[in-house]
Amino acid sequence: MEFSTEVLMDMHRRMVRIRLFEEAAGQLAEAAKLPGFLHLYVGQEAVASGVCAALTDDDQITSTHRGHGHLVAKGGEFRPMMAELMAKSTGYNKGKGGSMHISNLDVGMLGANGIVGAGAPIAVGAGFGNKLKGNGNVAAAFFGDGSTNIGAFHEAANMACALKLPVLFICENNEYGEFTPRDKTMAITDIVDRAAGYGMPGVIVDGMDVVAIHEATIEAKERALRGEGPSLIEAKTYRFYNHHGVQNLGLKYRTDDEVAEWKERDPIFTFEDRMVEAGTATQDDFEQVWADLRADIADAIQFAEDSPSPEPDQLLVDVYTLSEEGAAS
Amino acid sequence: MSRKISYVQAFNEAVRQEMAADDTVFCAGEDIGAFGGVFQSYAGLQKEFGEERVVDTPISEQAIIGLGVGAAATGLRPIVDIMFMDFICVAFDQIVNQAAKMKYMFGGSATVPLTITTGGGGGLSAAAQHSQSLEALICHIPGLKVVMPSNPYDMKGLMTACIRENNPTIMVKHKRLLGMQGEVPEEPYMIPLGRAATLREGADVTVVGWGRMANEAVDAAEKLAGDGIDVEVIDPRTLQPLDTATIIESVRKTNRVIVVHEAVRFGGLGAEVAAQIQEEAFDYLDAPVGRLAAPFSPVPFSPALEAHYLPSANAIEQAVRDIVARPGA
Repeated sequence: MEFSTEVLMDMHRRMVRIRLFEEAAGQLAEAAKLPGFLHLYVGQEAVASGVCAALTDDDQITSTHRGHGHLVAKGGEFRPMMAELMAKSTGYNKGKGGSMHISNLDVGMLGANGIVGAGAPIAVGAGFGNKLKGNGNVAAAFFGDGSTNIGAFHEAANMACALKLPVLFICENNEYGEFTPRDKTMAITDIVDRAAGYGMPGVIVDGMDVVAIHEATIEAKERALRGEGPSLIEAKTYRFYNHHGVQNLGLKYRTDDEVAEWKERDPIFTFEDRMVEAGTATQDDFEQVWADLRADIADAIQFAEDSPSPEPDQLLVDVYTLSEEGAAS
Repeated sequence: MSRKISYVQAFNEAVRQEMAADDTVFCAGEDIGAFGGVFQSYAGLQKEFGEERVVDTPISEQAIIGLGVGAAATGLRPIVDIMFMDFICVAFDQIVNQAAKMKYMFGGSATVPLTITTGGGGGLSAAAQHSQSLEALICHIPGLKVVMPSNPYDMKGLMTACIRENNPTIMVKHKRLLGMQGEVPEEPYMIPLGRAATLREGADVTVVGWGRMANEAVDAAEKLAGDGIDVEVIDPRTLQPLDTATIIESVRKTNRVIVVHEAVRFGGLGAEVAAQIQEEAFDYLDAPVGRLAAPFSPVPFSPALEAHYLPSANAIEQAVRDIVARPGA
C-alpha cells in the first residue's frame, strides 16, 4: 500500500505525541509528582499509532496497563491526560482512575485496564454492538504477549470468531510479561500461532515499523467489515523502560545489550530516517513537530499542576448512575 | 389484566416485552437460543427476535460478561445469562473489576446498563457447584445491584426494572421457584429496585427472608398464627441496595427479628442486616437478632443431607417459637 505524506506525517505525529507524553510522565514520576503506578509505552509507539491511524473516533479500542499510548494515539488530549495522571479533578476520569484506568469514551477508548487480558472480552462486546447496530465500526483489543496466556483472551478470541464479530486483536509482543521473558511462559515463539486455533488469520508485523502496522490494520479492518470476522496482528516490539516506572530498580531481567539493540530500532527515529532518505520530509519538518508538541506538553503539565484535586464530596459520586441521569426506574 | 403464570414465564415475559419495546436490548448466554435456556427462561425469544438479538454463546463465562460490559458501555442494553449462580465465579473479574467499576473509575463517563441473569439456590440435589446462594459476594461490590425475587409478580416487575436500570444488575432466579404460579399483570410494570415488600403483617416477631426463604417464612407464619403468634414477613426483594428502612420500621414495631437465608451463615447477608438493626433499633430489641442460615459447609448432594442443610418453614417456625419465648425487656 502507498500512503500519502499526510497519512505518514499524521502517524509520525501520533508517535511523537506518545513519546513526549511518556517521557514527561516518567520525569514527573521520578520527581514524585505522580501518585500510584506508571507503565510507560516508550518503544512501542508505532503499534498504537499505526493501528489507531486506521481507526475513526467511532471505532473502539480496549487497552492494557500500558495504556497512555493507546489513548494518545486514539486522539486523547494532553491536558486531561496529564491531569488524570496527577489525580486532578480536571482529568479524563476526574482523578478517580489514574494511569491504569485512563479512558475517554468520546474517542472510543474504553479504558486502560488494571487486569491483564480483561480488555479483550470488552472489545468483543463493543464489536458485537457494532455488528448489531450495523454502524460500520470495528473494535480493536490491544494486549500484550503475556495476556495471551490468560483465559479471558482465549474466551474472547474464540467468541469473536464464533460470532464473526468486527474485532481486531492487536498483540504487542514486547517479549516480557512483566519481568519474565516470553520463552519461560509459553512453548511457542510467535503469538500468531494461536490465531489458527480460533479460526482467524494471523499476521506478524515489525512492531517498530508504523507503516507495516498501519497496513496490516487496514487489511484486518476491511476483512472485519466484510463480515469475515476478526484477525490477529502480532507486532514484535519492545518497551524501552521498565515494566513499571522508569528505572530498572537495579533488577536485571534483561541485558543492557538487548535494550541497546532494540533502541537502535527506535520506531520514531528509524521512521524519520526513512522519510528523509525517501525525500518525503526533511529533518526540519520533524524538528518542528517535536518543538510544537513539546510546547503542548509543557502546557499540559502546567494545566495539571494548576488543577485542583477532587473535593471530598466527590468520593461517593458516580459509584452508580443515578436514575435521573437516564431512563431508569 | 392479570392472570396466573409461572415465575419463569414472568421472567420470560419481562424480557420479551422489553425486547419488543427497545431494540437496544439483546440477550446472550449458553443454550438460550433455539433451546430457550436450561430453565426455559428464554424460551421462544430467539424465534421471535432472531439470532442477532438472542445469541447462543460458547461456554465462556468471562467472555459472556465481557460481551455485556463492552456492549453496554457502547450504547446497548444487554441481558447476559450465567446459567448457574455458581458459575459467576468463573466470570468474577468481568463482574467485579470491570462491570461494577467502570462508571466510577472512568469518572462517571461510562454507563453500564447491563443485566446479568442467573439461577441460584439449592434444594435440587444439584450438589456443591450448582446450588449455591452467593449473594453476599456480589452485594459486597460497590457498583452492582442485586435482586432475588420470591414470586412471579415480583419477578416480572423486578426484571423489567433491571433491564431499564442504567447500572449493572444481577437478577438471581431461584431454581426451586421456576414453576411457582401467581397473578401477574399482562402489561409491563416495574418494581423499583431497593424497595422491600411486607408479605405478611404481624405484631410479635419479624422474619426477614428473600428468594425461596421468603415463602418458607410465610408458610411458617401461617402455622404460627394458629398458635396466636403473629409474624411479620419482610422480603427485601432487592439485596443491593437494601431497603433497611422497612426492616428497621418493622423491628421497632415487633421488637424481635430473625433473618433467614440459604447462603451460609458466616459472613452472610444476615450478618449485615443484623448489624444494621442493632445500629438503628438497638433500644427496641427484646432479644438478640436471630439468624437462620446454612451451616458452614458446601451444599451436599444427598437429599437427606441437603434437607438438613437448607433452612425450612419448620426451622423458621422453631426459631420463631424460641425467640418469642425469650422474656422481653
